[in-house]
Amino acid sequence: MVSLTVNGSPHQIDADPATPLLYVLREELALNGAKYGCGLGQCGSCTVVVDGEAVLSCMVPIMLLEGREITTIEGLGTIDEPGPLQQAFIELQAAQCGYCIPGMMMSAHALLRRNARPSEEEIREALTTNLCRCGTHMRILAAIRRAGELMQAASLPAADQGRAG
Amino acid sequence: MRALRVAIGIAAVIFVAAAAFLLFAWRSEVPEDTAAAEARFAPELVAKGAQLAALGNCIACHTVPGRPAFAGGLALPTPFGTIYSTNITPDRETGIGGWSEAAFERAMREGVDREGSHLYPAFPYEHFTRVSADDNRALYAFLMTRVAVKAEAPENDLPFPLKFRPLLAGWKLLFLDSGEREPDPGQSDAWNRGRYLAEGLGHCGACHTPRNPVGAEDRDRHFGGGEAEGWQAYAINTESKAPIPWDEQDLAFYLRNGWHEFHGVSRGPMAEVTGNLAFLPDSDIAAIATYVRSIMGAPTPEREQRAAQLREAFEGQRPEQAADSQRSPVSASGGQPGEAIYLAACASCHEGERRQPFGGLNFELSTAVNAPNPQNIVNVVLFGLPPADGEASAVMPAFRYLLDDQQVADLLAYMRERFSEEPPWAGLVEQTARTRSGTYKVAVRPSDGIERAPHHVGAEED
Repeated sequence: MVSLTVNGSPHQIDADPATPLLYVLREELALNGAKYGCGLGQCGSCTVVVDGEAVLSCMVPIMLLEGREITTIEGLGTIDEPGPLQQAFIELQAAQCGYCIPGMMMSAHALLRRNARPSEEEIREALTTNLCRCGTHMRILAAIRRAGELMQAASLPAADQGRAG
Repeated sequence: MRALRVAIGIAAVIFVAAAAFLLFAWRSEVPEDTAAAEARFAPELVAKGAQLAALGNCIACHTVPGRPAFAGGLALPTPFGTIYSTNITPDRETGIGGWSEAAFERAMREGVDREGSHLYPAFPYEHFTRVSADDNRALYAFLMTRVAVKAEAPENDLPFPLKFRPLLAGWKLLFLDSGEREPDPGQSDAWNRGRYLAEGLGHCGACHTPRNPVGAEDRDRHFGGGEAEGWQAYAINTESKAPIPWDEQDLAFYLRNGWHEFHGVSRGPMAEVTGNLAFLPDSDIAAIATYVRSIMGAPTPEREQRAAQLREAFEGQRPEQAADSQRSPVSASGGQPGEAIYLAACASCHEGERRQPFGGLNFELSTAVNAPNPQNIVNVVLFGLPPADGEASAVMPAFRYLLDDQQVADLLAYMRERFSEEPPWAGLVEQTARTRSGTYKVAVRPSDGIERAPHHVGAEED
């Protein structure tokens, strides 16, 4: 048994401790936001956030995650109440096929927690490990800038959220 | 009275000695050449200079990543303090725009700037002194036709006595063996060409030869392994730890392509070197390989025997098949902690069937795991290999957010025990902690050598 905390909820997982987190999220917890892309840690579609940092869930065995705070895209908001990143991606229609988008958003989430006003260069740097085959990068970049604005405008500034987490 | 006379005598001797030393250390100023920056050069000469500048890897030290090329200002940490590279663009005020060719040639040969000041040996004139006058002319033509950039390098951060540049004349007297070398008639043309390139502009020894306490290369341990920018530069003499000894073809392939199936991918500062060597013709790459291979000597029969087994096991006949985490080979339950981490997090790529340069290197082939110092594996585990911009490149995810210092230490201890016959590494937890915190500085670069990382990208800096 491995205990995992995902989006604030504790779970007891009955799986081989070597199992990559991605499979546990999708198959045990029905959190299907994180996607299986390459399985090699090269495409970024499986990105989730662990203790505030973007990591590739297809590469991470769950035995390394006990006692740590895992956030997936489902933790950023709901359909009725989308979080600022989700709202910005909807507003700017940043998804084409959408397969890479949860990974993009989680990399962006890790970045914006640290810095709600990243420069263009900082955004690109944070997303170097996320590939998009449709080529919607310009909209994705715009949505991340917009999300930063929404976070700043919100009552709880992004920087404080970062500290709270 | 007598004591006073003795004191005066001693003072006089010191004074004369100091005066003699200053005279010895003094170098004349080469007059400013006000027309130098406007000079025109034959395009062929400039093109040749571009190749030579790539061989010299000039851009690596003389450029701050993300800033204009050759404008200097890059901080070079040394055991003695921080030295900042100079602006070598043809700007008259802050660069070498006022330098005549004679001044440039003197800098390369003797390590003295146009004004007559001694340069610190961070500028590897121990090697550049071997460069021919023709090649210096081409280099000069190339640099003087770059875009002039006004950029003043920050002042060096060195303790007092070392700020006094005339002292460097003493250093040179002890360690600088200046001037070109005669070709060795007992060796082939390729070998002689290779020695000229590797020992001269290529300055391989600047990283791959260990240095003595005053920062000069230890000639008795030529190519015996050194360090650069937080990375171990492996021994490339008889002490090489490569499980499959390098042969000439493998070495040439590696220098040409930045990877080899039996040796892995170049990374850290070597990635820049192999990136830059792309500008050189195949014949020069082959010549460097011939020369360096000759320094490595013939492997022992035991090494050869082991290498034959490894070659057979790893020769490129495996099916091109993607390894991925769905084919995670073994369960990680049980065993020591390092083993469990290795099997769960590393083995799926590093024991997968995906070939170099995009698959993980099997550690049976790894020089790093056999090296006396584990720094390169520490660096790669923590910071990974970042992807190159806009092209396919070898990548590895960084594990710094997933493994704590103890876990990295456990992992490395396991790998050392399993994949190497060398003794265990000591102090792994502390070494990992120092690297993670940035106390020990590491330049992290993509494997294609584009110097994109503006600072120690991996460190948790405030």
